[in-house]
Amino acid sequence: MGIVETLGFGQTGWGGLLLMGALMTLCLTLTALLLGAVLGAVVAAAKLSQNRAARTAGGFYTTVFRGVPELLIIYLVYFGGSSALTAIGGYFGVEGFLGLPSFIAGALAVGLICGAYQAEVYRGAFLAIPKGELEAAQAIGMHRLLRFRRIIAPQVLRFAIPGIGNVWQLSLKDSALVSVTGLADLMRTSQVAAGSTRQYFLFFIAGGCLYLILTSMSDRLFALAERRASRSMPAGIGQI
Amino acid sequence: MASATRLSVRNIHKSFGTHEVLRGISLDAHDGDVISLLGASGSGKSTFLRCINLLEVADRGEIVVDGERIEMVTKNGRNVPASRKQVDRIRAELGMVFQSFNLWSHMTILDNVIEGPLHVLKRPRAECIAEAEALLEKVGIAEKRHAYPAHLSGGQQQRAAIARALAMKPKVMLFDEPTSALDPELVGEVLRVMRSLAEEGMTMLVVTHEMSFARNVSNRVIFMRSGEIDSDGTPEELFGKGGSPAFRQFIGTFGS
Repeated sequence: MGIVETLGFGQTGWGGLLLMGALMTLCLTLTALLLGAVLGAVVAAAKLSQNRAARTAGGFYTTVFRGVPELLIIYLVYFGGSSALTAIGGYFGVEGFLGLPSFIAGALAVGLICGAYQAEVYRGAFLAIPKGELEAAQAIGMHRLLRFRRIIAPQVLRFAIPGIGNVWQLSLKDSALVSVTGLADLMRTSQVAAGSTRQYFLFFIAGGCLYLILTSMSDRLFALAERRASRSMPAGIGQI
Repeated sequence: MASATRLSVRNIHKSFGTHEVLRGISLDAHDGDVISLLGASGSGKSTFLRCINLLEVADRGEIVVDGERIEMVTKNGRNVPASRKQVDRIRAELGMVFQSFNLWSHMTILDNVIEGPLHVLKRPRAECIAEAEALLEKVGIAEKRHAYPAHLSGGQQQRAAIARALAMKPKVMLFDEPTSALDPELVGEVLRVMRSLAEEGMTMLVVTHEMSFARNVSNRVIFMRSGEIDSDGTPEELFGKGGSPAFRQFIGTFGS
């Protein structure tokens, strides 16, 4: 069988499954990034808060989830989550083992990790807003929520785009680790294809190329967003 | 004088740590008053201005804006405003112009000027835009309305910041060293705008080092020293024979 057939979309080809795997990887990372955005915003707010307990809790979160290996977190969420689910099931009279779906476990685990990185990105972005602009917002009579909506959020997003692009790239690669739970993502599919055809080079290179396509395409997307957002920056003068 | 009291400040005290910056400042501003606040750096004049719109909260004292007293309460041993809503409402009535302009950098000049009327006062957009364009025309930067602050000179930014404050139709304008961050050749264009405001009868409190403004535009000069009012009078009195020795020494350093 030739390369074209093996990687093709015919009956004996692995192309369709690989693309499905890539799609799964994309979905998992996107879910994780969104979850991480919510967690990151909350944790960043906690770390910037004047409340000492909130600051400590936020610091604990970012220290733990940035400092422990990703694989360990994934195992912890998958197996820990499953045994918790089994215990809850037992309480309600459901017999036997209940597994946490691997997509949910994976998205949760990667989301927790990228939430910690995003928290630092948002915190840095907030600190980049000139303090005087916040004072001007207070001085004109904006209440707290309005200040957040009109002055803080748009500027945090603008300053955070490069950092978020970085976190996205890392999360996309971290998502490969979720394959240990049996999720049919791009990594797992490449592995299965390589194993059953014994064409290791071919499938791992094909998988690698698909990862590269995903990362380089998203890189361009983030670059575009960055250019749009920096229209108001001094460096934007030359771009007009 | 029969004109209304726009701003009344009574016995303001403020300390940072153990350092007492303001030691009982009182001041009344009547309709159309243009009051210059002079003093060496560290004399407390900027802190005093910031206490008026509660960017700093005074430890003691009373602030009344156009007849409305800002309610304060003691919480954990500290003096704090009783109602955030009231503070926001009063701030909307006080226009503030900062030393470093502080325009919102992610918005165009026009967006900066309509932001307050549109989102704080919740007025119709078309009205806000029409008024903003008139104000930008008045301060002489109408052609820059679609530019971002970073693309303007300091003098243009400060004029835009004045337009932003005026768009709220404030009862009193507070200027915190509005020309101190400007290159010398840009000071004039900002002072011209302030002068025309004064001539229109705007009530203004101006912290400044511009002696010519204090002398020729304001109708009252207050000289602060170590957190207290040292001299208070008309420019003629103070710059004539009435100034205290400390005031004479202070203006001596400006060579005037």
